[in-house]
Amino acid sequence: MEILVCVRRVPDTSENEIQLSSAGNDIERDDLVYSVNEPDNYAVEEAIQIAANAGGNVTVVTVGSEEDEEVLRREMAMGANQGVLLSDDAFAGSDGKGIATILKALVQKGHYDLVLTGTQAEDGGAQVGGMLAALLDYPFASLVNAITVLDGGKLKISREIEGGNREMSEIDLPCVLSIQTGINEPRYVGMRGIRQVASVEIPTFGTSDLGVDPASVGTAGAKVKRTDYFMPVLGKGAEILQGSQEEIIDQLIELMKAKGGLN
Amino acid sequence: MDFQLSDEQLQLKKTVREFAEREIAPNVMKWDEPGTFPLETIKELGKLGLMGTIFPTEYGGAGMGYVEYVTAIEELSRVDGSVGIIVAAHTSLCSNHIFVAGNEDQRRKYIPQLASGEFIGAWGLTEPGAGSDAGGARCSAVRRRNTWVLNGTKTFITNGHYSDLAVVVAVTDKTAHTHGLSAFVVEKGTKGFRSGKKENKLGLRASDTSELIFEDCEIPAENLLGHEGEGFIDAMKVLDGGRISIAALGLGMAQGAYESALNYSKERKQFGKPISDFQAIAFKLADMATEIDAARLLTHRAAAMKDAGMKTTLESSMAKLYTSEVAVRCANECVQIHGGYGFIKDYPAEKFYRDVKLCTIGEGTSEIQRLVIARQILKD
Repeated sequence: MEILVCVRRVPDTSENEIQLSSAGNDIERDDLVYSVNEPDNYAVEEAIQIAANAGGNVTVVTVGSEEDEEVLRREMAMGANQGVLLSDDAFAGSDGKGIATILKALVQKGHYDLVLTGTQAEDGGAQVGGMLAALLDYPFASLVNAITVLDGGKLKISREIEGGNREMSEIDLPCVLSIQTGINEPRYVGMRGIRQVASVEIPTFGTSDLGVDPASVGTAGAKVKRTDYFMPVLGKGAEILQGSQEEIIDQLIELMKAKGGLN
Repeated sequence: MDFQLSDEQLQLKKTVREFAEREIAPNVMKWDEPGTFPLETIKELGKLGLMGTIFPTEYGGAGMGYVEYVTAIEELSRVDGSVGIIVAAHTSLCSNHIFVAGNEDQRRKYIPQLASGEFIGAWGLTEPGAGSDAGGARCSAVRRRNTWVLNGTKTFITNGHYSDLAVVVAVTDKTAHTHGLSAFVVEKGTKGFRSGKKENKLGLRASDTSELIFEDCEIPAENLLGHEGEGFIDAMKVLDGGRISIAALGLGMAQGAYESALNYSKERKQFGKPISDFQAIAFKLADMATEIDAARLLTHRAAAMKDAGMKTTLESSMAKLYTSEVAVRCANECVQIHGGYGFIKDYPAEKFYRDVKLCTIGEGTSEIQRLVIARQILKD
């Protein structure tokens, strides 16, 4: 099975203190530490496991610049067979549909049975998976938390729905799935993996390679534009407990008892 | 000159940090108080290739160099120095002694098992009466037909209790002083070999420090490592690499203490503002950042020289001396910046304070480093 996993490089919230830029329409991006978007990492692990069990090949792709190659290499060191970087000045400023348009061109250029994305980018709005499926006219399932490969070009998939229930579905290949974190336990990258992929050439495709109209992507094609970016003011109704860890625990228990959450 | 890590080295740094933050950080205090050896975590590190970073792939290693190795040790130690020292003693002392002094059969026999973490290694040089004066060792090895018979005690041995094999330096010729010492590989389960007292330590409590006891311990003649009488010379070579490890250990702990102090100083408010706004605190942070940077440059230089196949006796000792003293100063300031919270176990400051002290003592005290440095710069 040919599997394509769409990944993205995002600011690592565990490594950075996110601050607003002075212009107020973005975050301060100087000196930010970036990592692979966490949900995408689960998607890659799932792809590696499917390929290992059912046979196949895993390609990781990202839309971005040369700097984003880092996450492709990371996922390749983890076990993806190859990486593809989609990079072009015309791609900058793409909205969700723009990114989906670029990815669609790659999917049509290759032959992928299964396309996976993470549930959402940590700095995004969970748009690309669904749009990509629609543009390709592929079936789509979101928030997938288990996959079984069935005979006859089908997958059995599960998703968790509100209240902890699980819904099982069958879906025809080729399809697009957005993968929920917790579907598996992504492996750590090993030293040998890092070494093996260090000098592997990663092909880069731009608008002309993909046959993408520059006017349909990037800032030119974006119909959703960010106008503001801010941190909400601390609202009323939130109470920050003060004191040592022990004191905070005691206060919390008292509060929970008072509100009927603990008997 | 390039002061940046390569993309590959940055990838490694991130990977080790990710592992340390997720798998080690939540357990640090759980392991520390009772002195629990993190065996499972060490085995995981083995699977990732971090128990044999510096050995060629044909021996089961990761095929990387000392720059990558010190980067890994720094990242592990930034979260828990205990894990850092376990990996360091295993890799740059035990395994590396076999790699440097061993013959091809010995390399093939032991390095893959050590590099995969299947075996944990210990290295025994220090004795109750022979610390800085390693040449005063009394543990003896006597040739008896096709075997060597070892008698004596090694002390303060990292991983001693948990090691599957130990490299041990013993006297084979009493009259020849340092030229009468030889190194041997002794496997766990060999009759007459056992680990003794497990030390109850000030810091690095999750690492194991034990005695190794030899009582008429008979090992095959082929377990002699390197040439007879050259055990001390090989041990000194091994220590050139070992001292880079301790520098990396100190560097990681200094970095961890600094980051902890930095974060706390931005959160803790007194007199209506974060304490980092007070120059008294800000200057401490500035000093810590500067000294850590200098320590990292010294450590990476020694590592890069080692990778280039150069002799690093001077540079290793300089890196070890400076970095370990920086680590002690940074941990001290970390506690000071935390104030009362630096004195209790809810914050990492007190543990860094206890842990860093090992760095100015292990693998040669700061005084011995100065002696080594002085001898190097005065020899011409």
